[in-house]
Amino acid sequence: MSKKYSKKESKEEKRARRAVNFDRYKKSLKFGFYCISHPLDGFWKLTHEHKGSMAAANTILILAIFTRIIKLKYTSFLFLQVYWEDINILLYIASILFPLALWVVGNWALTTLFDGKGRLGDVYMGTCYGMLPYPLIQLPLMIVSNFVTIEEGQFYSVLSVLSLVWCLILIVCGMGQIHAYSAGKTLLFTVASLFAVLVMIFLLMIFFSMVTQGVAYFISIGRELMYRM
Amino acid sequence: MKKKSTKTKILCRLLTATLVSGVVFAGAGKAYAGEENYTYVYDYWEDVQESPDAYTVSRVFDFNALGISGNLKSPESLYVKGDQVYLCDTGNNRILVLERSGSDELSFVQEIKTVKGAEPETFSGPADIAVDNDGNYYIADRENNRVVKADPDLNFIMQFTKPDDEAIGAEQAFKPDKIVCDTAGRIYCESAGINKGLLKFEEDGTFSGFVGATRVSYNFIDYIWKRLASQEQRAQMISFVPTEYDNVYMDKEGFIYAVSGGLKEEDLDAGTVDAVRKLNMMGTDILVRNGDYPVFGDLYWGGAGGISGPSYFKDVTVLDNDIYICLDQKRGRLFGYDDQGRMVYAFGGNGNQAGYFRNPVSIEHMGNDLLVLDQLDCTITLFIPTDYGSLIYQAMDQFDNGEYDEAQATWEEVKTLNGNYSLAYIGIGRSLYRKGEYEEAMKYFEAKYDDENYSRAYAQYRKQWIRENIIGIVVVILALFLVPLSIGRVYKIKEDIDNADIFKLSK
Repeated sequence: MSKKYSKKESKEEKRARRAVNFDRYKKSLKFGFYCISHPLDGFWKLTHEHKGSMAAANTILILAIFTRIIKLKYTSFLFLQVYWEDINILLYIASILFPLALWVVGNWALTTLFDGKGRLGDVYMGTCYGMLPYPLIQLPLMIVSNFVTIEEGQFYSVLSVLSLVWCLILIVCGMGQIHAYSAGKTLLFTVASLFAVLVMIFLLMIFFSMVTQGVAYFISIGRELMYRM
Repeated sequence: MKKKSTKTKILCRLLTATLVSGVVFAGAGKAYAGEENYTYVYDYWEDVQESPDAYTVSRVFDFNALGISGNLKSPESLYVKGDQVYLCDTGNNRILVLERSGSDELSFVQEIKTVKGAEPETFSGPADIAVDNDGNYYIADRENNRVVKADPDLNFIMQFTKPDDEAIGAEQAFKPDKIVCDTAGRIYCESAGINKGLLKFEEDGTFSGFVGATRVSYNFIDYIWKRLASQEQRAQMISFVPTEYDNVYMDKEGFIYAVSGGLKEEDLDAGTVDAVRKLNMMGTDILVRNGDYPVFGDLYWGGAGGISGPSYFKDVTVLDNDIYICLDQKRGRLFGYDDQGRMVYAFGGNGNQAGYFRNPVSIEHMGNDLLVLDQLDCTITLFIPTDYGSLIYQAMDQFDNGEYDEAQATWEEVKTLNGNYSLAYIGIGRSLYRKGEYEEAMKYFEAKYDDENYSRAYAQYRKQWIRENIIGIVVVILALFLVPLSIGRVYKIKEDIDNADIFKLSK
């Protein structure tokens, strides 16, 4: 309990607070639709005018992950053939979370040095809001895919690509607005953030290979000792 | 080739794997059967699926069993016409005529060593023989640089020699390796060292050009280098040349099946070359390639046992039901494909046992039985179809004859013997489709990822469904329009009532 609510609140007060919070959550979620149709204006208001909320961002992220997984099962085999023996659902979840984490951290770490206005949470929120077109297009597409033949299926790949391109444009636009950057600076820092991501991957790989080698070293020493004793 | 995983998936896989354990997975893992069965097929995912044997060895004939005096010496070719088997004993400069006298009997009939009236009368390295419907012989007499035509009594009729054509250089020798003849007496000849296609000779012996030149393959980087290079540098580079054919076979309809082995891995991967081509009279390739993977034999080119690289198709034969069987010289395997280019079976291997080969060079068929000539062992192996193989052929014949109920039943039997067999599922599906049972058919097609047939069945099913439920559909659509309208109307009436003057007055 934070200080604000330290004094005991009555049931009515509690209910009212919850209703207000839920109302704010609904509004912020609805604001996602404004964001994807008005990227520049929307993402500016998202953080600078506090129209967005973390809860809504998390909802969109979970929705995107859910779409990515459910798609495997319910898309028609005409468009998506799944080799079930090879599917690892954790990897599928990580395939969104891991690049997201790298992008958010990499972008924040760079822009914070070059007068970016956004905080870490703002970058996360903006990126999550930018992913909204993915479930929005992919879910109906998944259902429709079961009612067409392969000749009629040309639109599937077009819409599928469109959903990704839309997301990309939104994330880049959002990043620029959150940090209050000009167009050129936005593009520059998009590329720079991608480099930051690569550097982080490189460091992580070095780190983990060193850790494994270090651990293996002590394990072999231990084993040697056990043989001798 | 199918993409099983998107790039993001692979990337993510790499990343998470490094995070979790520091171990990098190498690409998309593919299940691979280490121990190989004698007979196998590839499924949709290009995984090896073991299969019951489609063929079994009936007998292996060496020169003793055939009743020939003296061993064979590097024989190169088999040819079957009716009951007769012609065996080109190339190293001994003779052709042996054998006859199928029983289900597992081949008996010696005669020896062809000379053609009366020819110049010279004897052969030097006879590499191939063809017999037309009148019984005339066409003998590819390689080292004598000619194709001899002789009547059934072996009297010289004519000979085909090196054509006087500018397309063939003066230094290039005419060494006929493989020949086929059509019903009109034209011959198509594959000559060692000539890579412009098959040489076509008219009945009167005139050369009428090349047929079915293979595509020239080159990669883009080589092409750019070549454009940048000077004249002298260019001369030193390898020139882009088409590959020669290794063998030809004329099916009963007069189409020529031509195979080329020795293709480069990267060209096969890029799909710029074809291991098997089916040539029509114009020399264009009309082979149907509707399979899930290209017609080039093995999909895995690993270096087991010191052998690596793609299959080397040395010969091909076409059964009467349009199944063609290619002989892989490299791994001693036989690959059967149906008329849609889908693999029916693959079997064989290198070795000394019956059914395995050391250097197979020629394959022929007699009905559905197969004859394979091994050049190193100097033996002919006779394969006969097993029950499983016969059932597959039977089902295909029944389907082609329009007996869909029977075809479905036969495919069901095949499916019982081999539950992993895609062709059985697709066969059942196609029979059901022809019978109008679209919904059932869709299930079978979906089980084996046959998208084209599935779409065809689904289009019919959808049409049927709409026809049956047209009233419901109209009602739903009308409801979708009318309900919002009527709700609006109800609200309006309610509002009118609320604001009606009489109620206001009463207040």
